[in-house]
Amino acid sequence: MEYDAIICFETHVELKTETKLFCGCRVAYDIPPNTEICPVCTGQPGALPVLNKKAVAYAIRAGVALDCTINQRSRFARKNYFYPDLPKGYQISQYELPFCENGHLEITGDDGKPYPVGIKRIHLEEDAGKLVHSSDSFDDADYSLVDYNRSSVPLLEIVGDHERNPLRSIQEARVYLEKLRQILRYIGISDCKMEKGQLRCDVNLSIRPKGATTFNNRTEVKNMSSFRFMMEALEYEMNRQAEILESGGRIEQETLLFDEMKRVTLPMRSKEDAPDYRYFPDPDLLEVNLDDTFIADIKSALPELPHQRVKKIMDAYDIPREDALILTKDKDISDYFTACVLHCQDPKRLSHWIIKEVFRLLKEASAAIKECPIDPENCAELVNLVSQGKVTASIGREILDDMFKTGEHPNAIIDKKGLKPIQDEDQLETLLDGVMNENPKVVSQIKEGNLKPIDFLVGQVMRKSKGKANPKSVIKLIHRKLNP
Amino acid sequence: MELCDRNAMDLAGMLRRGEVSSREITESVFKRIDEREASINAFITTTREIALKQADLADEKFSKGGDLPLLTGIPVAVKDVLCTKGIKTTCGSKILENFVPTYNATAFQKLQDAGAVIVGKANMDEFAMGSSTENSIAGPTRNPNDITKVAGGSSGGSAAAVSSGESILALGTDTGGSIRQPCAFCGVTGIKPTYGRVSRYGLIAYASSLDQIGAIGKTVSDCAMMLDVISGHDPLDTTSSQVEKPDFLKALSKGIDGVRIGIPQEFFAEGLDPKIKEKVLDAVTLLEKNGAQVISINLPHSPFAIGAYYLIATAEASSNLARFDGVKYGYRKSEDDGDCLAMYHKTRTTGFGTEVKRRIMLGTYVLSAGYYDAYYLKAQKARAMIKKDFDEAFREVDCIMTPVSPCLPFALGEKMTDPLQMYLVDIYTVSLNLAGLPGMSLPCGTIDGLPVGLQIIGKPFDEGMVLRAGAAYEQLVEKQI
Ligand SMILES: [Zn+2]
Repeated sequence: MEYDAIICFETHVELKTETKLFCGCRVAYDIPPNTEICPVCTGQPGALPVLNKKAVAYAIRAGVALDCTINQRSRFARKNYFYPDLPKGYQISQYELPFCENGHLEITGDDGKPYPVGIKRIHLEEDAGKLVHSSDSFDDADYSLVDYNRSSVPLLEIVGDHERNPLRSIQEARVYLEKLRQILRYIGISDCKMEKGQLRCDVNLSIRPKGATTFNNRTEVKNMSSFRFMMEALEYEMNRQAEILESGGRIEQETLLFDEMKRVTLPMRSKEDAPDYRYFPDPDLLEVNLDDTFIADIKSALPELPHQRVKKIMDAYDIPREDALILTKDKDISDYFTACVLHCQDPKRLSHWIIKEVFRLLKEASAAIKECPIDPENCAELVNLVSQGKVTASIGREILDDMFKTGEHPNAIIDKKGLKPIQDEDQLETLLDGVMNENPKVVSQIKEGNLKPIDFLVGQVMRKSKGKANPKSVIKLIHRKLNP
Repeated sequence: MELCDRNAMDLAGMLRRGEVSSREITESVFKRIDEREASINAFITTTREIALKQADLADEKFSKGGDLPLLTGIPVAVKDVLCTKGIKTTCGSKILENFVPTYNATAFQKLQDAGAVIVGKANMDEFAMGSSTENSIAGPTRNPNDITKVAGGSSGGSAAAVSSGESILALGTDTGGSIRQPCAFCGVTGIKPTYGRVSRYGLIAYASSLDQIGAIGKTVSDCAMMLDVISGHDPLDTTSSQVEKPDFLKALSKGIDGVRIGIPQEFFAEGLDPKIKEKVLDAVTLLEKNGAQVISINLPHSPFAIGAYYLIATAEASSNLARFDGVKYGYRKSEDDGDCLAMYHKTRTTGFGTEVKRRIMLGTYVLSAGYYDAYYLKAQKARAMIKKDFDEAFREVDCIMTPVSPCLPFALGEKMTDPLQMYLVDIYTVSLNLAGLPGMSLPCGTIDGLPVGLQIIGKPFDEGMVLRAGAAYEQLVEKQI
């Protein structure tokens, strides 16, 4: 039987604010344990939280980018549970009145049509610390140590909507997550590095026979540390549920953990064991009242979103959609292209050069575009030179390689390496004469009207000139001399 | 009269005139501690060495002259619920028996900055939960007026220390009456300011939306003097108010003429000891004779106050006290079976006292799925109505006067077996915490040698009126004598 999936993510994103959500400690990674801590983020008796306004601004920015309703009144609530990485015995989160509600994120659905995936709410909460166990798991460990550096780092939780346009397939789930990550990076609120735990997902999944309108119970899968595992877990879980349904069974509403070693989902707790978090408004924090100007300022300062850039690149520069998508996939690349195109007379050629040549160089050096030594203006200038026929494409590549190594201006490299194209016709003729003398057979074929070997002659001239000859000029010269 | 029996304002004058040194005052206080502490038990920790050092420092400042804060060189006891850097802070609990904070509570820091001398950490009901200071790991505090009676609570140690001369001033905290009731029992003066007037940073929370730090002294002006120092917005406490702080000492001299005093009928009804009723009404009459206008008012939702209070306070407490889990600081009980959950159980079962555990369980229940609406939300609705009662009353009156406690100081152990009876002791005090209002307790006579307290309630952030009415009463009583 074929099944439809109903998939919903709860995504946790670590915000890249300077300081933590409720204290002045720095948000920092790769530092010795318990070096960015204070009475507040270690839950000392008597310490009180003070809200980081920047984190609120980031939450609103996400809400605006994801078309949410922004609540002018919102409040924090305590989520009560015991765990050694949770120093206060409760997490400050949001329950009623989150910052943002009822948004959507548009993806291209499996049917090729635009599909606005529902987002139920976006709220702000504090992260917990990190446990380091003396063995692989808490249960087997002789001892466990806790590092509170991460405690109270701002987390944005983006909750999908079960009822309003949930994801319908694993493919759509992948597209959604990639798009979400792309947007969050574009608006500059998180680096979303999954391997660093900056983007974490729980996923809810239920299935039903194709076309059915009733719902089966859903399961929640936790603990997936990468995109790949996420997709594997979804696939595994979908098959597991299908097998149960086909054997006449019933899906239990439960929470499962994805075991990355065994690549299976394993039961964590049933619905009956679901913890009662005893949410209640945190009396240590006042209700947050956002005024219109605060929200309006965030709206007007929102960076261009990926789909807006795609459209702009297609419309303004006549660049095909596939290339525009590549150029905007990553904000840094898109920023690089935008910086180049300002100085470039041939945006289409520029896009090819970036996608083919610059990417090749970056890949060889395993570098990110942010580390690219080629100044965008220089890059544009090189493309201009190629467009104007002042250098050939192959010389251009050679120049670009050098620019990548030295960071120099293309003209400086041309001078340095003597790569100025041969403009002098006599010099070009001498070269061509030499080639014709070496290939009398080809010359006679051309004279007889067979034009095909012209390319061969051009190639030979290019080789002898070390690429400095302009192929168009060579062809012209051949025509004039042989008059085929 | 010993130095330790004088009030802070007198001593501040003597210090300025060079008639006495802070060391002499401090030594007088510690002499009294040596004499009486064994029977009163007002302190969990005394800090004689630190105090003498601070006293000497104050004397050095006086010798140099200049304009010094009034509190300079004055001994102060600090309730053991306030964090004091480098000085053990136990909250009267086994679970914090060896806890030494790494930072100062803002209110205490402000006292330090003003040059006050810390005498020690005052005894209290464990985590401020109680009305008799019998729930403490350090044993009960006894009433200096009659050591067979309780000192009241939860700031019983603070009130008893001031009453006995074991300190000149004290910091207390008040969640449902914890400053006012022990002050009434011990015959001293104490003010619980408006919620938000004093920063709660460093106050180990019992119920965050109700807790407030206040001042205890022998006179109204001593309280005003201390309140002047500890009040004000604190960037470390979001709930501390930005409302500007007036000069409280200046407010004292305005007299009672024309002040409209509200007498809520619900606070003088059944359950009140008739002798206490008489004393309180005598005080009101005295003020009326001297120009105050007495108006009968109603606070119809008062009967819901105790219920609402114990639902909200325990709900917040159940969450506030979750951090005491044996992981990071304080007491940990674990047999080496490596089970974290077992460690939590053992630590909390053996680390908390009976009353604390009772309130944690109550609060946990109140917040549980399925009960939240019926208890917590309903209590919040009652709270809003109680506040509205006061708002309406304050349209007609400038302050409200009531008894502090329905009963006189009771015998040690008398109410320990009946928590409900103990809870009802707070009947006249809790509604102020629910409404966030300022309230003061000051002595208005004795019955069989046991003090009676008069409660004066003000509008939000109008501690000025409360202090003014209190000072006027104090002066009239003095004149009578
Ligand atoms: Zn911190």
